[in-house]
Amino acid sequence: MSVIRDFAHGLRDENPVFRLVLGLCPTLAVTTGLEGGFWMGVAVVFVLFSSNIIISALRGIIPPRVRIPSFVTIIAAFVTVVQMLMHAFLPATFRVLGLFIPLIAVNCIILGRAEAFASKRPVINAGADGLGMGAGFLLALVVIGAIRELLGTGNLKVAGAALLGAGVLRQPALIALLPPGAFLTLGVLLGVLNHFTRQGRGTAAQHMGFCTGGHCADQGAGGTGAAGGGGAGAAGGAGAAGGGGVPTAGCGAGGAGGRCGWR
Amino acid sequence: MRVEIAAILLGNILINNFIFSRFLGLCPFFGVSRRVDTAVGMSLAVTFVTTLAAAVTWALQRLILEPLRVGYLQTATFILVIASLVQFVEIVMHRLVPGLYRGLGIYLPLITTNCAVLGVAVLNGEQRYGFGGAVASGLAAGLGWGLAIVLFASVRRRLELADVPPAMRGFPVAFLAAGLMSIAFSGFAGLFSRLFLR
Repeated sequence: MSVIRDFAHGLRDENPVFRLVLGLCPTLAVTTGLEGGFWMGVAVVFVLFSSNIIISALRGIIPPRVRIPSFVTIIAAFVTVVQMLMHAFLPATFRVLGLFIPLIAVNCIILGRAEAFASKRPVINAGADGLGMGAGFLLALVVIGAIRELLGTGNLKVAGAALLGAGVLRQPALIALLPPGAFLTLGVLLGVLNHFTRQGRGTAAQHMGFCTGGHCADQGAGGTGAAGGGGAGAAGGAGAAGGGGVPTAGCGAGGAGGRCGWR
Repeated sequence: MRVEIAAILLGNILINNFIFSRFLGLCPFFGVSRRVDTAVGMSLAVTFVTTLAAAVTWALQRLILEPLRVGYLQTATFILVIASLVQFVEIVMHRLVPGLYRGLGIYLPLITTNCAVLGVAVLNGEQRYGFGGAVASGLAAGLGWGLAIVLFASVRRRLELADVPPAMRGFPVAFLAAGLMSIAFSGFAGLFSRLFLR
């Protein structure tokens, strides 16, 4: 049962994009279309799943002091695998995703799951968590990509074939495909989700600064600590970081906590 | 040469701004932009590291990876080099300029996984810049990122006081504000052709 739960929480309650608001760079950059979002999601699922399994299998072997560099190396290895596979078999997609394939290596979600989950749990749970989190990310990217493509071109294309016949919008709004459209789409989407799930204030405010506090604080020499993402009043993510070397525990998202303090 | 450097600087700061048109370094952009002073500290630290990382990764790419034909190791080596570079910068600053270190202290280690740093390193490799161009590109990337986050922090101070519907508070309205700023920045696109391509 717990394996199923580990899989499912990434899809809904802890969806990395819609709930935790992590991994924003690829979320906004490659979602100019349904397909771009889909393949980016697939790449992340692969890296997250494989790295979670390897890191979980090695959890008794990696010395705690050097765990972050070890995790980064393992993740970077799988990113390189994805990069080579895509270059060989999906050259067109590879060109579209471009820079953001190597950047999977610094994606908040992957290092976050390695640290908060995979390094502490058995292989099978870590694998389920990787698949679930990856699927949640994939789902979010496909939704955002579909919305932007529909608004921007008036149609949806999969493998070159138009899904909606002649298209539904007579005058597509090109701005949805341009950079501003990415910010606006995600902003409206998050607002709508908040409205319907009644988690408006608390959640959104709590997750502010979450990423910077947790994920980005990885290589810190002792002094880094984590951000006090928990309080909406905290002076912004890393701004509230404790300098003492003891990471603050309660980091914003209760469920995914522990991602903040690396040391 | 000078024109090229100027074009790189202008391009990375305004036209291809790392936040508003390239989408690099977004997590700290939304995370550390609640107060203007922390935003300034963060952008100084990022600029410092992107400049240094651009120089070091240029050397790594040209002097080691390419002669040995191991270009596929780029991602893994760059990220490890950037991580150790950040650690190194931290130690050196701690010893030599403790004042600045205390000012930036908490921001420095956060930078390792700011994707703007790895992003500029990979982009420089793709663009085939010379050494000067690569360093200018790193500097401009940091400055452009800093410009964006400082402006955004000022906007968000106003947002705190604004009467926003409950569902839109926090992230959603911040994204909308960033979207509007991105529209403003897209106005710079015409600047380039005016200045250089006449």
